[in-house]
Amino acid sequence: MRRIVFGAALAVGCTAACAAQAQDSAKEIQRYRQMIAEGSPAELFELEGEALWKKTQGPKNVSLEKCDLGRGPGVLKGAYARLPRYFKDADRVMDLETRLLYCMTTLQGRSREEATKRVFGTADRPSEMESLSAYIAAQSRGMKLDPGMSQPKEKESYALGRALYFHRAGSWDFSCASCHGEEGKRIRMQDLPVLYKPQAARPVVATWPAYRVSNSQFKTMQWRLNDCYRQMRTPEPNFGSETTVALIHFMTVTARGETYRGPGNKR
Amino acid sequence: MAAGPMKMRATLGQGFTDVRVLMTHPMETGQRKDSDGKLVPLHFIQNLTVKVNGKPVVEAQISQAVSRNPVFSFRLKGGAKGDKIEVSWLDNHGDTNSTEAAVA
Repeated sequence: MRRIVFGAALAVGCTAACAAQAQDSAKEIQRYRQMIAEGSPAELFELEGEALWKKTQGPKNVSLEKCDLGRGPGVLKGAYARLPRYFKDADRVMDLETRLLYCMTTLQGRSREEATKRVFGTADRPSEMESLSAYIAAQSRGMKLDPGMSQPKEKESYALGRALYFHRAGSWDFSCASCHGEEGKRIRMQDLPVLYKPQAARPVVATWPAYRVSNSQFKTMQWRLNDCYRQMRTPEPNFGSETTVALIHFMTVTARGETYRGPGNKR
Repeated sequence: MAAGPMKMRATLGQGFTDVRVLMTHPMETGQRKDSDGKLVPLHFIQNLTVKVNGKPVVEAQISQAVSRNPVFSFRLKGGAKGDKIEVSWLDNHGDTNSTEAAVA
């Protein structure tokens, strides 16, 4: 009998206590994130990426050091913060990874097929693209995100990205906005940011690419979108496709002005 | 397997030195199965040694319970700018790696 009474008292007290508990766990998650940020293994990927940037590869046996990421050949400082942007030589808008792929095929003379064979690595064997992204993104730390938005093709890409964000497709008829379209939604403890709103997009774009603690892997922005599409059960998008670049462009423009503080850490 | 990069930071505080070292290591627990269903053999850092100016100050024995790509952070008493700190590890395959940095 006493146990039943106790149970009832618990149920009554829950509204206040549970709210406090939810707040506590949010605070604890915040503390945990702070701890992993202090000794982030993302730095190990930066070192690996630096070696890969300088490594001679491909039929032409050259490194990527002459790759123009938009600030001139080989200029890395602040390059990531200004991507995606329009590149005249390729006549299209490119994000970091698409641009790297372009340099691998043009400068190093590698085939697209060979260069994209393993763009998303595993914990045992990270991919070239992941380490390079870590290295290059780190060179924009502390700079304001300022993706290209002046060229007609850049405006086109932004508009396409925005349309795609709300475009429902696939066997489940999902769009990005199906999950990322309403405030206060989450999956388990993971908040779902409403990425078409600047205040939500800013902290997200400013910390990708990122190290994922739960699976010990470094994840890139292309991977993030690829995995979203997988969860939406659509056919797999091509690496560096117009679709993925447009979505990255849309989100980055939405987050414009935020100080880049990546490569970040994710749970 | 060639050992991946390590990274260390040693900063001087008020009467102490904070050292933080990151290392690349798979830290296999011996319980995980690969895609073929076979057990991935144990592979973990066993010993960790910290030396300050050549003198050992920490000798740690750690187990497979530590995560992949571990980070070790500890505080040393004293220390001065320019002290050479060396961290090395030895894993159960006999592989080793080390890195050194000066206290800043």
